[in-house]
Amino acid sequence: MKKGVMRPGHVQIRVLDMDEALKHYTDLLGLIETDRDDQGRVYLKAWTEVDKFSVVLREADEPGMDFMAFKVVDETALQQLEKDLVAFGVEVEQIPEGELKDCGRRIRFTVPSGHAFELFADKLYTGKWGVTDVNPEAWPRGLQGMKAVRFDHCLLYGPELAATYDIFVNVLGFHLAEQVLDPEGNRIAQFLTVSMKEHDIAFIHHEEKGKFHHASFFLETWEDVLRAADLITMTDTSIDIGPTRHGLTHGKTIYFFDPSGNRNEVFCGGDYTYPDHKPVTWQAEQLGKAIFYHDRQLNERFLTVLT
Amino acid sequence: MVQTFRICEQHSGRSFICEPGQSVLKAMEQQGLRCVPVGCRGGGCGLCKVRVLAGDYECGKMSRVHIPPDALAKGEVLACRIYPQSDLAIECQPQQAVGQVTK
Repeated sequence: MKKGVMRPGHVQIRVLDMDEALKHYTDLLGLIETDRDDQGRVYLKAWTEVDKFSVVLREADEPGMDFMAFKVVDETALQQLEKDLVAFGVEVEQIPEGELKDCGRRIRFTVPSGHAFELFADKLYTGKWGVTDVNPEAWPRGLQGMKAVRFDHCLLYGPELAATYDIFVNVLGFHLAEQVLDPEGNRIAQFLTVSMKEHDIAFIHHEEKGKFHHASFFLETWEDVLRAADLITMTDTSIDIGPTRHGLTHGKTIYFFDPSGNRNEVFCGGDYTYPDHKPVTWQAEQLGKAIFYHDRQLNERFLTVLT
Repeated sequence: MVQTFRICEQHSGRSFICEPGQSVLKAMEQQGLRCVPVGCRGGGCGLCKVRVLAGDYECGKMSRVHIPPDALAKGEVLACRIYPQSDLAIECQPQQAVGQVTK
């Protein structure tokens, strides 16, 4: 957080059919619809999140991720980060206040992996859904499906991890929590954080730019992950793998797909990190165990099925 | 009795039964076959691309990146998003360049 980047703020995901997607993200994942705009985009949030939205769905011919945004502490930090990005040679685009409803101005830039990111300082504070700010109950009634707790992180696939690392670590103040190194010492996976979480954003090396591996949502317990798996079966939702554990982060996880083929994860647990922690390193020779700790081998979809 | 359709995959020579309203990929998976690669099952990732050589079918929504209009016109489709209306002959497309994790 030393440069003022605080946490993931939102992700805009492209879907082929809005009605099908919305049913998936609300009825199954348990996100809450908070608004829609005149572009037809639908705004969603998880119940513990204090701002108005964290997931934006946009209907398009091609699924995938439009952009992911991080919230910064204040306007002063946003201005400084903008200057730092420009000084580093990054092209910065201005997105005016209100382009996403109830969100302040954003700056958007594309990193060498081919993914667009945004920074913003202001978004309408609506508080946690269904509980009060004062003397709150433990959880709200009326949550659906998996009852996702928060939008947690994204895993993205693309080239030029080193140049992407430079922007996230040297300009935006992220910290490398975990990595995968090949025998020559090249980093082929990088898990970056601005918090105590093992990743707020992660990248895996891939030749094609700008690919989306998954958006991840946090659950409290392993029992919740198993219950999510039950719901995936009950709704005949396309499953990828799990429930299982990752070696990287040691989180307990299940991967599945939205109706447009975008991968989702729900997970619980996982290690923690502080800025004085050295990165956890996995060797590429152990990639199977690093990704799927129990099977100790990759399923064929992990490296090839992307949007 | 419900009419069913026979789907023949030409490369492997395997065939399987598909019910009306069922996607070709789902029918294949349910019968334990793997002659077409299975990806996201949502028309998004392009892994299950096949070419329909003969037969009638309806299509669901598919990513335009993987099935642009000219490909669709040539009978290239994603097996997870086609619903047969007759027996079909399909052919697996050559595997696209698979993602490399090594530099």
